[in-house]
Amino acid sequence: MSAREEVLARVRAALGGADPSPVHVDRAYRARRAVPEGADAVALFAERVADYRASVTRCAAADLERTVAHAVGDARRVLVPEGLGLEVPGALEDTGLDAAALDAVDVVVTRAALGIAETGTIVLTHGPGQGRRAITLVPDHHVCVLEEHQVVPGVVDAVAALDPARPQTWVSGPSATSDIELDRVEGVHGPRRLHVLLVAT
Amino acid sequence: MRVAVMATCLGDALFPEVPRATVRLLRRLGVEVEVPPEQTCCGQPMVNTGYLEEAVPLVRRTVEAFAGVDAVVVPSGSCAGSVRHQHRLVAQRAGDGALQEAVADLAPRTYELSELLVDVLGVTDVGASFPHRVTYHPTCHSLRMLGVGDRPWRLLSAVAGIDLVALPQAGECCGFGGTFAVKNAEVSVAMGADKARHVRETGAEVLVAGDASCLMHVGGLLSRQRAGVRTMHLAEVLATTADDAAGVV
Amino acid sequence: MGRTFVGMPPFPVAAQAALADTTLRRNLAHATATIRAKRAGVVAEVEDWEDLRVQAAAVKDATLDHLGEHLLTLEASLTARGVRVHWARDAAEACRLVGDIALGHGLEEVVKVKSMTTAEIGLNEALAERGVAAWETDLAELIVQLGEDLPSHILVPAIHRGRAEIREIFRARMAAAGRPAPADLSDEPAELAAAARLHLREKFLRARMAVSGANFAVAESGTLVVVESEGNGRMCLTLPEVLVSVVGIEKVVPTWEDLDLFLRLLPRSSTGERMNPYTSTWSGVTPGDGPQEVHVVLLDNGRTRALAEREGRQVLRCIRCSACLNVCPVYERVGGHAYGSVYPGPIGAILNPLLHGVGSDPATDALPYASTLCGACAQVCPVGIDIPGLLVRERVAVVDAHRRDPRPKAEALAMRAGAWGLGDARRMGLAERASGLVGRLPLGRRMPGGRRGLSWLPFPGSRWTGARDLPAPPRESFRQWWSRTGRDEGHRP
Repeated sequence: MSAREEVLARVRAALGGADPSPVHVDRAYRARRAVPEGADAVALFAERVADYRASVTRCAAADLERTVAHAVGDARRVLVPEGLGLEVPGALEDTGLDAAALDAVDVVVTRAALGIAETGTIVLTHGPGQGRRAITLVPDHHVCVLEEHQVVPGVVDAVAALDPARPQTWVSGPSATSDIELDRVEGVHGPRRLHVLLVAT
Repeated sequence: MRVAVMATCLGDALFPEVPRATVRLLRRLGVEVEVPPEQTCCGQPMVNTGYLEEAVPLVRRTVEAFAGVDAVVVPSGSCAGSVRHQHRLVAQRAGDGALQEAVADLAPRTYELSELLVDVLGVTDVGASFPHRVTYHPTCHSLRMLGVGDRPWRLLSAVAGIDLVALPQAGECCGFGGTFAVKNAEVSVAMGADKARHVRETGAEVLVAGDASCLMHVGGLLSRQRAGVRTMHLAEVLATTADDAAGVV
Repeated sequence: MGRTFVGMPPFPVAAQAALADTTLRRNLAHATATIRAKRAGVVAEVEDWEDLRVQAAAVKDATLDHLGEHLLTLEASLTARGVRVHWARDAAEACRLVGDIALGHGLEEVVKVKSMTTAEIGLNEALAERGVAAWETDLAELIVQLGEDLPSHILVPAIHRGRAEIREIFRARMAAAGRPAPADLSDEPAELAAAARLHLREKFLRARMAVSGANFAVAESGTLVVVESEGNGRMCLTLPEVLVSVVGIEKVVPTWEDLDLFLRLLPRSSTGERMNPYTSTWSGVTPGDGPQEVHVVLLDNGRTRALAEREGRQVLRCIRCSACLNVCPVYERVGGHAYGSVYPGPIGAILNPLLHGVGSDPATDALPYASTLCGACAQVCPVGIDIPGLLVRERVAVVDAHRRDPRPKAEALAMRAGAWGLGDARRMGLAERASGLVGRLPLGRRMPGGRRGLSWLPFPGSRWTGARDLPAPPRESFRQWWSRTGRDEGHRP
């Protein structure tokens, strides 16, 4: 018997022949608001991103390119994905740099698929404007542009909106560890600096 | 109202002052008390050590001894928990339908002392007087298996003259754990030592709890440490009145 | 590398040794208190937390009830997304599969995402035997690996180490494994983390194959999920050409939408954060992005054994958050090594017996007894596993497995004698009369309150009196009092 057949046979044997009484899952939790009544989801999002010691800058649409330029600062090697739709002075568009080349990049500027107010999370689905997974991982500084209308209240809303067929990266603050005495330290292997630019819409 | 007292084997044999105080307290509150003579042990020590088969005759004896009474009061969170939550397991093991019915019948009639007082008798001020500095340890099975919540604390708060002080990290286990106390004696003592330290930090004269077993463990440590703190069961404090308060500690 | 839990003494002996280590106790007390407070804070933010726990338990139970169907769906979805799916009956088979893939590519090293499942099967040791070095990339796993140590916690395997010890491990051991630690390394956590970043970066950049586990595997979409903090997981899941994920068959959830429970429950229970820094999800191969050769090994290794237990089955709900360890007063005092398994603490005390069975290994048989049954674990478990209830059931299983032993344990004899003595009110009364006679002797000394206390008893009583006084028996039992006077006492004027 192959391992596959044997494991499946063991599963069947373990569960026995009898059909179990159905277990009911009550999905009422999906209708509950993740953001309290009257609270501003965008403000909560900004606050909770900042709680992770990430930077948050809110700006008007008209000021976005200036804000991006300011966030990038005097970094020498700036990378952007295809389809960013923003003018970033001196930026190089990703053409499939290898890991070593990415390691030499100072800052990467991308967009994101959505933001989650409940947890201060940005979610990347790595399509146009966001780039393949490696470009927001290897460089040490990630500037992420998010429009206010992209902020959803809770994890429930985010899961409902996202397509699992796409690879996803959920980012909640900069890379961090609590492995030494459970003392939180920002910055291990992922970007040590995360800067979220929240654009009014 | 008629209430049967489950003395528990530990209360009967080693801490008779606990069921005695329970009897005295209930009578003072106008309850007609009975003590079924055939009772022995609820079987918890066996069940919690894995000896389910050995517990069968004890569970049978318990349900027979308490058959037909309106309510059973147990001055022990863990024994009340055993009757309410573990007897089912034992009866299943026995494969005896009548026993399964009998344990299902006894469980909802069984109350831990503070539950009986607050929920059934509807009293929080039982007319006790205890002018001493007291701290209270909520035992695990009262707190987490039965969910007695703040009932014991409310009962103690209403005692005349009491100086009730909160115990730091009160909800943490004292380390007794039945046979754990001897199977893993070192860990048990390490946990108990931390509990005893917190008790001493309160400056209390008396440590009160709702389980004689936990008190035997922490009290045994406090005694060895010559801490000068005595242990008393909740029933003993609640049974004490102004007339006899003077000579207690 | 190469230390294993095999041959370690049973819990009571190992725990005694751990208790004597004051550094360990200080590290553990500090760490568990910190994480308990963090968890409590973020759990309190979620108003419907209790309901989420109930629903998550229901999703897991419903999935287990139809596990075979969900596994077939998962296999089909993964295959459709370009994944090569393998099945493994046990640890050895899973290790062989992973080793074959590495050697098939001519590789001498792989990078690893922290994974309980690969620790469970002893993958690193198995790969080393075939000449493949497996580099752990999670900071705590790195500390354990460099220190030739054993993991002691599910989430933070190096929780037993303090910062000064970690600095010494890095200074002494990093050079042999790759880039050495900076000469002036201090014991500041930020500096230690930076040293790990530099040390591991060269490994990430050159790695051609990674091995991971998965927190969840979505049947319907063929999606794997890895929840992490440092970004080492993302490095492993993104940069190499080949990715192999070893996934326990209980990790399957039916639909993508089911994650809306688990991604809320897991981070708050585990690291005490609203959300962990990074969660990666992938559904097979994405052209031009990440590994282009993706394998999944579906692992049994005792899970179907646990599945066969009607009550014990619920242990397979476990999402490895480690909240039960952090609140366990026993774990806090002895740490993880004493449990002799990669799964320590309350969950380990039921998971190991349920995965491997009881009755043959004294160390496994001791685990269900490594608890006071205080119930703190059950209160925090995000998937509502009745850990104290299962501890009792596993104790019963241990006792039953030994019922036919040619020489019964002293404990078994004592329990039978106790059950006999307590089995009848008359017998109990006689025993109490005898102990009452002892109580009349002027033994011991007065305890506060007036009772006499014994400070010394012969073995096995010495297990009690080694550190605790024991009240001497009363002169009169409650039973005697009641029949002498109690029946009438309150009725006197």
